[in-house]
Amino acid sequence: MLRPAPLIVSLLMLSIASFIIAFSVGSYSLTFEQVWSTLSSNQQNIQHTIIWELRAPRAYAAFITGGLLALAGALMQVLLRNPLADPYILGVSGGASAAALFAMSLGLSTAWLSGSAFIGALISILLVFGLSHGKGSWNPTRLLLTGVVIAAGWGALINFILSSSPDKPLRSMLFWLMGDLSHSEPSYLSLIILIAALLITFIIARQLNILARGELQASTLGISVEPLRISLFLLASLLTAFAVVQAGSIGFIGLIVPHMLRLISGSDHRLLLPASVLLGGSLLLISDTLARTLIAPQQLPVGVITAFIGVPFFLYLLNKNFSKSAAL
Amino acid sequence: MSSLQSTDLSIRISNKNVCDKLNLDIQPGQVWGILGRNGVGKTTLLHTLAGLRNADSGSILLDQKNINELNRKQIAKKLGLLLQQSEESFPSSVIDTVLTGRHPHIGNWSWESKDDLAIAKNALEIVDMTDMAERSIEHLSGGEKQRVAIASLIAQSPDIYLLDEPNSHLDLKHQLQLLQYFSEHASQKNSATIMTLHDINLAQQYCTHLILLFGEGSVCIGETNKLLNETSLSELYQYPLHKTITKHGTVFIPQKPDL
Repeated sequence: MLRPAPLIVSLLMLSIASFIIAFSVGSYSLTFEQVWSTLSSNQQNIQHTIIWELRAPRAYAAFITGGLLALAGALMQVLLRNPLADPYILGVSGGASAAALFAMSLGLSTAWLSGSAFIGALISILLVFGLSHGKGSWNPTRLLLTGVVIAAGWGALINFILSSSPDKPLRSMLFWLMGDLSHSEPSYLSLIILIAALLITFIIARQLNILARGELQASTLGISVEPLRISLFLLASLLTAFAVVQAGSIGFIGLIVPHMLRLISGSDHRLLLPASVLLGGSLLLISDTLARTLIAPQQLPVGVITAFIGVPFFLYLLNKNFSKSAAL
Repeated sequence: MSSLQSTDLSIRISNKNVCDKLNLDIQPGQVWGILGRNGVGKTTLLHTLAGLRNADSGSILLDQKNINELNRKQIAKKLGLLLQQSEESFPSSVIDTVLTGRHPHIGNWSWESKDDLAIAKNALEIVDMTDMAERSIEHLSGGEKQRVAIASLIAQSPDIYLLDEPNSHLDLKHQLQLLQYFSEHASQKNSATIMTLHDINLAQQYCTHLILLFGEGSVCIGETNKLLNETSLSELYQYPLHKTITKHGTVFIPQKPDL
């Protein structure tokens, strides 16, 4: 049975802590007291400027992106009934990346990047949806294979653009591909999308628990599987599109966060989905803080850090869980 | 209490005929068995009766209403199906899995109530799994998984139970215990049960009616005692069977193969 409060409360505390750390560390260090006094007063001083104009927008973008990715990952895993699914598996990020790199190779300004990445993501979503929805049934295997092949197609296109572009934009292209929050503009639209998605998923969360037991089982328990799957696909893809537009393709968050929570607290999606948003957000925010401070003034791509943190932690949980079950 | 009828039901799998213009009338209190060889279409018939698959022609009426005009939730409140295989992709506890059976009875905005939990616990007791409620289903044996699936169906508490090989993986005691449960439930609570079975003697003991699927669209329906005899069964399984009367009742025994 569910005891949601302790997990959600501790994840909320983790989120707040990760924001405070992100506000305090950097080339100009602030103590936690300074962060607190700046946040609670409205004095116009250097600390105020550092927090509100430099660190807060980036921290906000990191947290939202992490939340979007973790939620999208959790939804993709139910949709495809595959624990290996991540937000990028169906080619959404491939489409976005190909379009964004194309815009970069044309020398368009960064203002165009988001727009073209979003259009690329939409094209990819519609392509996968159309091709896997054609005639016949709409099953996870067909969707997965269509998505994976389309993603491979985008991968080839990306390599083509990379190899045929001059050296000058190449570095920023590679950074974009690895996932980078240093240029991301904080957008309220992403926040609205994330909250709206959480509300929608809260209504369908119990249906997702049952869909995880298989399509036939879900039908016999009163669920109209096809409409549910289509909404899951569109929702997860849109969330991914917004995350990719914000920060490029940041790996591991969408794959690992839902699994960590499954190992800690089980697979009830009413708890798993909001918890994924909080943990995904915190994890990406902490990673991004490390990415900009570890070898400062040089910045690391945040995707490198998410993998460095995510991989050992995930393996630890997995190992602990399997030794527990072996002991039973 | 609900009834399930089919009128002129024809089902085909690719080019194979499962049944042709079949008229069934399943009433509360009855226990129906579906017998036939492998691949003859027992599961397909069951899935069609559950509205999971479209019939090639004819219609299925659940409480006099065409099943195609009801939504899945309306159907799930009256009719439940035990699947032959369960597929669990993510870890879940036994009690949470059984609670999913309550889904059709819980509103979109509500959580499982104390009543739902009590119903789920009662279902676990019926299948003898009370002390395993908190275990993870991944680590259960095949028979235990089957009992969890049955408990989930019992928690759903429909009027009509469709069971696809309810006895698979079960030990002898649990086979009899659960057939006894569904049979008593039918006569006392006026539910109806339709199940596929491979054991003729259990079918004889627990089914009031039978559907014999001979293949090629040839079907016999009727009361159990009128349908079960050496000729019909030997033809059904394409293997000679003999009826033997013992002091514990009548049994059908397959002929010893010539070695």
